[in-house]
Parts: sequence; C-alpha cells; structure tokens
Amino acid sequence: MDNSLSSTSIHAGHTPATGLILPWKTFARVLTRAASLAVCLVAWHYLATAHVDLGVVTFQNVPSPAQVLTAAWELLQSGKLVSHLAASLLRVLGGFAAAAVVGVALGLLLGRSRFAEDVLLPPLEVLRPIPAVAWIPLAILMFASSEVSMVFITFTGALFPILLNTIHGVEAVDPRLVASARSLGSKRISLFTEVILPAAAPSIFTGLAIGMGTAWFCLVTAEMIAGQYGIGYYTWASYTVQNYPDIVVGMLLIGLLGMSSSVLIRKLGKWLMPWDISERKSS
Amino acid sequence: MTHALKHAKQGNIDIRNLSIHLQQGKQMFEALHNVTLSVSPGEFVCLLGPSGCGKSTLLGTLAGHLQPTRGSITVDGQTLNGPHPERGLVFQQHTLFPWKKVIDNVAFGLKMKGVPKQQRQDKARELLALVGLAGFEQHYPAQLSGGMQQRVEIARVLINDPRVMLMDEPFGALDAQTRMMMQQLLLDVWDRVNTTILFITHDIDEALFLADRIIVMSPRPGRIIEEIRLDFDRPRQADLITSDHFMQLKRHCLDLLHPQDSAFPLRRLSPLGASPLKQSELTS
Repeated sequence: MDNSLSSTSIHAGHTPATGLILPWKTFARVLTRAASLAVCLVAWHYLATAHVDLGVVTFQNVPSPAQVLTAAWELLQSGKLVSHLAASLLRVLGGFAAAAVVGVALGLLLGRSRFAEDVLLPPLEVLRPIPAVAWIPLAILMFASSEVSMVFITFTGALFPILLNTIHGVEAVDPRLVASARSLGSKRISLFTEVILPAAAPSIFTGLAIGMGTAWFCLVTAEMIAGQYGIGYYTWASYTVQNYPDIVVGMLLIGLLGMSSSVLIRKLGKWLMPWDISERKSS
Repeated sequence: MTHALKHAKQGNIDIRNLSIHLQQGKQMFEALHNVTLSVSPGEFVCLLGPSGCGKSTLLGTLAGHLQPTRGSITVDGQTLNGPHPERGLVFQQHTLFPWKKVIDNVAFGLKMKGVPKQQRQDKARELLALVGLAGFEQHYPAQLSGGMQQRVEIARVLINDPRVMLMDEPFGALDAQTRMMMQQLLLDVWDRVNTTILFITHDIDEALFLADRIIVMSPRPGRIIEEIRLDFDRPRQADLITSDHFMQLKRHCLDLLHPQDSAFPLRRLSPLGASPLKQSELTS
C-alpha cells in the first residue's frame, strides 16, 4: 500500500526520548539532523540559482529557497492564505470524519460477523484497488456540487486504510479476553463497547493516522482538478499563471498540513490509550 | 469436611456421561469420553492429568464456551446455556483488560449487572484487599507481576459471587515460589467465600496440597481413571508436602500419570477449543 510508506516516514522522524540519560549524544544527533537539512537546502539553492540542466531533468524553472521564502511571506501578507487553508481543512475534515465513522463502524461489523463479511466484503474488495484519484471524473458527474465531489474523493481515500486496520484490529482481539468478558456477564453491546473497541483501538488509530495522510493526498489532487479554493488549487493555479515560487510554497504547505494532522491523531491516540505500552515503546 | 463446605449451599456440579468432540470434519477428535462426575457445594476438586487429556475442554464446557456432544452437565440442577457470571473462569495467562485500571477490572462484573459506580468500586476495593492487593487499585495490569495479575483475576471472578470457580492451571505460568504463595492465598480466600472450585493442573504436588478430592484423567480421549479423596487437615501448612502420607499419595499419582507405555505428549487444549476460533464459531 502506498500510504504505509508515508506513515513510516512520519514515524522515523520522531526523536527517541532518551535525552535525559545521554544529553550530549542526543545533542549530537539533533545536530546531525539539522546539518542534513542544511545540506539539502544548500543543494537546492545551488541547483536553482545555477539553473543546472542535466538533460533528463532541468532546474531552469525551479525557484530558489529565497524566492520561495519571499513568496510565502507575500502569501501570508495577502490574507488569501486563510481562505485557502480553511477551504482545504474543511474538506479534509469532512471527508476524513465521514471515512472514520463509516470505516470504524464497518470494520467492527466485518471483523466480528461472518454474515456481514459475506454480504459486504465482495463489493468492498472490488472497490478497494481503485485509487481515489481515479474516482475524480465520475465523482464530478455524480455530485451536484464540486465541493461535495472533492469531499467524496477525500472520503474514498481515507476509508480503506481505516476500514482495513479496524478489521485487522478486531480480528486480532484475543479470544480469551472475549471469553472472559462473556463469563463475567458481557452481552452483545457491552462486549463491543467494553472489549472489542478498546482492544482494537491501537490498530484503529494506526488506520486513522494513515487515512489522514491519504485524505490530504487525495484532496490536493481533487482540488487541482475541481477546486476554486484550497491549497491544491493554489498550487496548480500557480503553475498555470507561471508563479513558480508559489508552487513550492503550496507543496510545503501540503506536506506540513498532512504531517501535523497525522501527528495530531497519534497524540490523540496516546492520550486516549494511556495503557498502550507497545505504542510508548516504539516512539 | 472442610470449613467452606459447611456454609456453602450452592455450587453443585453434576456431569453425566459427558463426551466432547472438538474440531470439524476429518480433524474431529474425541477430547473427552464418557465422563461422569459430581462435585458437592463448596468442594475443592482438582482435575489432574497429562497435557491434552481434555481437562481444559471439560472446564471450557462448564464455563459455557464449548458444547457437549453427548451427555449432560448441570450446575445446581440447571442445564448450562452459554457463559454466565455464576461460573467464573480463570485462565493460565491472565485475561485482564489492559485498558482498565485494576479496580475497574475487578468491578467489571458488577458494571455488567448495572451496579452504580461508587457501589461497585467499594466492593472491588474489598475484594482487592481479600487477595492482598489493597493499594494497587489505580495500577494498570501491565504494571503488575504475574502473581499479582492472577490475584486480580481471581478477585474479578469472585466479585460476581460465583457458584463455581473454574481454574485452568491458573498458577502454571508462575515461578515455583510465587506458585506456592498463590496456593496458600487461594486456600485462604476459598475458606472465606462460598464457592465450589474446580481446579485443573498437571502438577501433582499442587493437586495434593489444594484439593478435597483429586480426579485423575487418562490421555486422550480423556476419561476418569481414579478418584482420590484427601483428608489432610485444614488449614494446610507448607510442611504438608514433605509428610509421609503426602509422599505416598504422590508416588501413587506418579504411577497413574506415567504408565509404562508412555504415550507421546499431546498438544495442550484450551477451554475455548482446539484452535483459536473466530468468536462467531463459539457457542453463544
């Protein structure tokens, strides 16, 4: 799955919290990481300002870091940033929230009931391999407003990671825990709320974090085609009007938003699951 | 006659001609063959037998997680219909909910009955004190040692005032010292509550030390091959296990469990069947 890659890279970005024991070593590591970033910046600066042309790839039209910084500052001053951000955030939140509700509910059902699996899984298996981006033309035809069609694309992108991780989490619940709960008097509903849901929660949150990443990815693509506002639209529009530094500003904004929303979900997960030691160890 | 026996009125187990088959189709095998057993209210009975002899299967059937193929089981005259809080089950490895604090784990049974929070937490605190874990209410299970986890597990089962407590090698995963401490603790607790205990073990010392009666079972398909009534005085002390009479009985049990034509060891069965099943395949 393409989205698993993005989640691991986010994870690797965490600095292990061993700082108290070896402050000097940690400091050295932070320094190394900062230096790595600086080297990349310098390389970018050189390639862009020297207009390097390698034949296959050319940097003739690539803006330099300084140009991008100026463009970002101008965008901030113009006040348009807020409306672009608001448009994108609303769409992502709408699509993601719908995907979270549908994905978790369906996942709980599919993970527990053989009948639901037989009824619902075949159509889902057919839809699953279709990339959300491939839905764009049909979505534009299906939905009256382009706004709804973009939210739908976002929803489609986020749905499957959430659904699959929820199913996996539910199926991995220790049958002994379920047996114990039933021996202690749990009935159908309380079994779900008291045992299945919390037991599957770590896996569900993994799905939500991955889903958030794909939601941004799909939204930006949808906005490039159908939008009138939003970060994706801004990025694509900058290309069409040849404001090349703005393209990179848009790209960086997309990266920043996608990353911080995934981090937010992980933080929320940790806050809601103080018992989850496996999560604590791995990050 | 034990002290507990005197005031226990409930918890009479009656098993008649019970046979249980596990798994489906070609893999189906008979785990338990024609078992007849009666346990009195408040009695402490140990089922002793080699791995895979079906003793856990018997326990799982009593708990209501497995269906008998033939024969009948009743508890206080009532036919079993799925799991019930009056038949508490303790596994070898604890099954505490990792996301609930110790006190909420213990109070879980009362929550399922709809008891108000304050009331059920008071009762849970009482039971934690009974198993010697006062002060650990706010811990998560992962923060406790193996022995402490099993004590919480026992408290969680006892909060439902079960007629019978079904224990599947509950101390099998503990180190020798902790195990002996837990055996003593279990006897102390049992002395104070009115519950029948059916306790599974393959440790002869453990069975002899704990039980009023030992039921010795054969390898698969499990059958009862002998009943041994134990009349050691209660409360039982640690030095019991070095007494002559104890040693004599131990030798006898060894002979029963290890006949000359020793069979190859069988896979351990669980109270939930032969293999991990999807919940929908279990009885409900």
